[in-house]
Amino acid sequence: MPKTVLCVDDSASMRQMVRLALTSDGYVVVEAVDGRDALGKARTMVADLVITDLNMPNMDGLSFIRELRGISDYKGIPIVFLTTESDDDKKGEAKSAGATAWITKPFQPERLLAIVKKVLG
Amino acid sequence: MAASESAREVVTLEMQGEVFAIDAHWVREILDMVPVTEVPNAQPFVSGLINVRGKVVPLADLRLRFGMPQSPPTVDTRVIVIDAMVGSEPTAVGILADRVYEVTEIAPAAIEETPRIGLRWRPEYISGIGKLGGDFIIILDMEQVLAVGPTTTQ
Amino acid sequence: MTPGAPDPAETFRQEAHDLLIQLEDVLLDLDGNPGDRELIDTAFRALHTLKGSGAMFGFDDLARFAHTVENTFDRLRRTGAEPSRELIAATLAAKDFMRQLIQSPGEAEAAIGDGLVEELLRHGPAASLPETGPCGAAPRPAEPKEAPAIYDIVFALPPDALLRGTNPLRLLDELRDMGECTVAADLGPVPAIDGLDPERCYLRWRVRLVTRQPRSAIDEVFMFVIDDMELSVTTMAPEAATSHPETHPATDATSAADLIPPSTRGTAERAAAGSSIRIPAERIDNLMDRVGELVIAQSRLRQLAQGSLDPTLRSVSEDIERLSSELRVTTMGIRMVPIGQLFARFRRVVHDLSRDLGKDVRLVTAGEETEMDKTVIENLNDPLVHLIRNAIDHGLETAAEREAVGKPRAGTLSLEARHAGAQVLITIRDDGRGMNRQRIRAKAVEAGWLSEAGDVPDAELFQMIFRPGFSTAAAVTNVSGRGVGMDVVKRAIDGLHGFIDVSSPPGRGAQVTLRLPLTLAIIDGLLVRIGRGRYVIPLSTVEECVELSEADNLRSTGRSFLNIRDELVPFLRLRDLFKVQGPADLYPKVVIVTAGDQRVGLVVDQIIGDHQTVIKSLSKLHADVAAFSGATILGDGTVALILDVVNLISAGRIQEMRMKAS
Repeated sequence: MPKTVLCVDDSASMRQMVRLALTSDGYVVVEAVDGRDALGKARTMVADLVITDLNMPNMDGLSFIRELRGISDYKGIPIVFLTTESDDDKKGEAKSAGATAWITKPFQPERLLAIVKKVLG
Repeated sequence: MAASESAREVVTLEMQGEVFAIDAHWVREILDMVPVTEVPNAQPFVSGLINVRGKVVPLADLRLRFGMPQSPPTVDTRVIVIDAMVGSEPTAVGILADRVYEVTEIAPAAIEETPRIGLRWRPEYISGIGKLGGDFIIILDMEQVLAVGPTTTQ
Repeated sequence: MTPGAPDPAETFRQEAHDLLIQLEDVLLDLDGNPGDRELIDTAFRALHTLKGSGAMFGFDDLARFAHTVENTFDRLRRTGAEPSRELIAATLAAKDFMRQLIQSPGEAEAAIGDGLVEELLRHGPAASLPETGPCGAAPRPAEPKEAPAIYDIVFALPPDALLRGTNPLRLLDELRDMGECTVAADLGPVPAIDGLDPERCYLRWRVRLVTRQPRSAIDEVFMFVIDDMELSVTTMAPEAATSHPETHPATDATSAADLIPPSTRGTAERAAAGSSIRIPAERIDNLMDRVGELVIAQSRLRQLAQGSLDPTLRSVSEDIERLSSELRVTTMGIRMVPIGQLFARFRRVVHDLSRDLGKDVRLVTAGEETEMDKTVIENLNDPLVHLIRNAIDHGLETAAEREAVGKPRAGTLSLEARHAGAQVLITIRDDGRGMNRQRIRAKAVEAGWLSEAGDVPDAELFQMIFRPGFSTAAAVTNVSGRGVGMDVVKRAIDGLHGFIDVSSPPGRGAQVTLRLPLTLAIIDGLLVRIGRGRYVIPLSTVEECVELSEADNLRSTGRSFLNIRDELVPFLRLRDLFKVQGPADLYPKVVIVTAGDQRVGLVVDQIIGDHQTVIKSLSKLHADVAAFSGATILGDGTVALILDVVNLISAGRIQEMRMKAS
């Protein structure tokens, strides 16, 4: 069965990029436009992996990660966040919110795939 | 002025006692007379503007196009709003009619019958001649009638 | 991909388009401020994204080319060197080439690209430092070493690692992929079953790994947990005698991140882009039409309510009036964009012109935040480019000439926008040699617009440069002498219902001010009556309203001039112009309107008052009627024509000249 990835980003081109990289490798990608949208989707499905941006309207990535970890189905699900900042504050915050891994924008599709494989197995 | 083979759906109207027809596919709606705003120094046959549902629409008095005298509106006067092409721009235009009869199918008249009746009007304004009951009716070529440019001078 | 999903390449094109604009901006900024490290970083990032995303979406030529340019900027970043003007010019050219690579990759000539690369290498900093790899984004493990090393790895994951989605088995698999591996779990820390939290990670592992991969590859396995975990790696290989056990925190393995310095500017831009949406202009036009209709319906409602004694109706009418007025403002706001977008384009124009003409030009802009209707802004591009060309070509002197008269070598061209009531004023000012009165005058006389002895004020004289047929042939260059005169500017501004003022105080350069309406959709108008017809005069053109004195009224059959504060103003009887029948009012009013520095009085029968005017264009059936620029619908549902003031003024001038001649 193909693995499902929930991709959360307010930028359409970013989502498209992720979708393109992952679908070509056999993943099913579900898109959400912000944290709120993603949380609603997460309550109706269990993704095998979540990829989320941090800066988003309505509900930002940090709150989304915290909320998501509160859903029992999502306790051990890997969450990868996208970041443009290399500063450790943001990384630390996201990690303590419950994130598993991160990828720094911009990235190559191979890089994304490598990280997805790394955390998903 | 070739008449098409099949019957055409037209709106028939009267001007100065003559009956004319306009292809029904041009016609958007038929209105009672509305207040007209004069456009100073415009060509006499399009010297008015009317408000059709919030749009400013030019009003054409075809009587002046056909050399008929102007006449004040009566209770029977109607405005036929048509979607025409004016100078290659789609334009809504109001056409003044002394009265509007009906939307009807009109049979094409045989070509050889037409010249007699056609002679009274400028041939470029005629898109065809049809037969309704025993009468011949001019079907107007609205694009030509409303044409702007050299042919518009009367 | 889901069917109907947008083409990612298309999305990339749009993004690349924006990035190239950003790059151009940054380069032009760098031109004036080559020491600004943040600018260099920004340029680097833009190039980096072009390269990375380009490769992502199959723009391989672009990715390859962008890589070279990126390397140049990477070196600037790392060496702290300042880019030379030549390097900036070469990068600008490279930017144009990249645009071509995106738009029509097949047509871009490789030879041009090679030439540009050479150019970049020649003017860029020396390649003495190691460059980033061709992929730049992901650190690749170094080449396997000759001999394998033996590592003793002991690690324990953070207690909440499982909750955070880290799978220890996966990490062990990754270590196994690196080479020969023996794994032992240390069960020591695991508590008794009744004290055991199943979500907690208690285990500690010891791994003996034989691999040719470098030490950093091990860090990479643990990259996402390395900061929070316990990890000790001891090199046991004989050749690694100098190695010693290391404990963490270790260096972050995401070296890609190090290449991208934090940028508040980038973040802000992304956030701004995230909260905005692109809407086809057509839909906004439709919305504007509906709002226009609402404003008209509302004014009908107000008329009904004013004639009614029903207080409820009146209060509803007032509510609707407030709402529709707010809606109108909001909707117009959607169409408003800051003029800065337009100004930004001119920086390149100025840069190129300054290079082509060998003149040093400093461009100063102000009021970028001034907002105008998008349609107006789009139509301003060409006339402004023309005015800028003209100012640099004819207005500014060469550096040597300037020095000779004691001016700074670099000329200054300033571009400024600001609001003034319902208008926006855009001023193009240069500190060059100013307008040449003698030459303009000679031209005007030659063209027959002025008599040899005729004397006109400067403002009027300068207006003549906008007449068709005026061309300063003596100064034609390959820059502005393109067979197009300033009349093109005039026509474009007329089309926007705007005006041009020109001034040139002797010795202080020249200044051209465009006065433009905020929007073309709805204007404030003055409603007047002429005969039985009602007309709208754009309020922005109205200077004042006066009564036509009986004396003037009678006298004016011969001379249609009014004395307004000792100035003679020609006036037009609109009754005559519009061939109105019937008796005139006893006390006609004169509306004094201006366009540029021209004034004319329009004689009307009655001034009714202010009117919010939703502009409707006239059909081609009325294209021959020059006195009107459009029509609108009044509160009672009838149509009123909008007077074209520019046209009426020229009609007034013709009348004036006829009078003078006779």
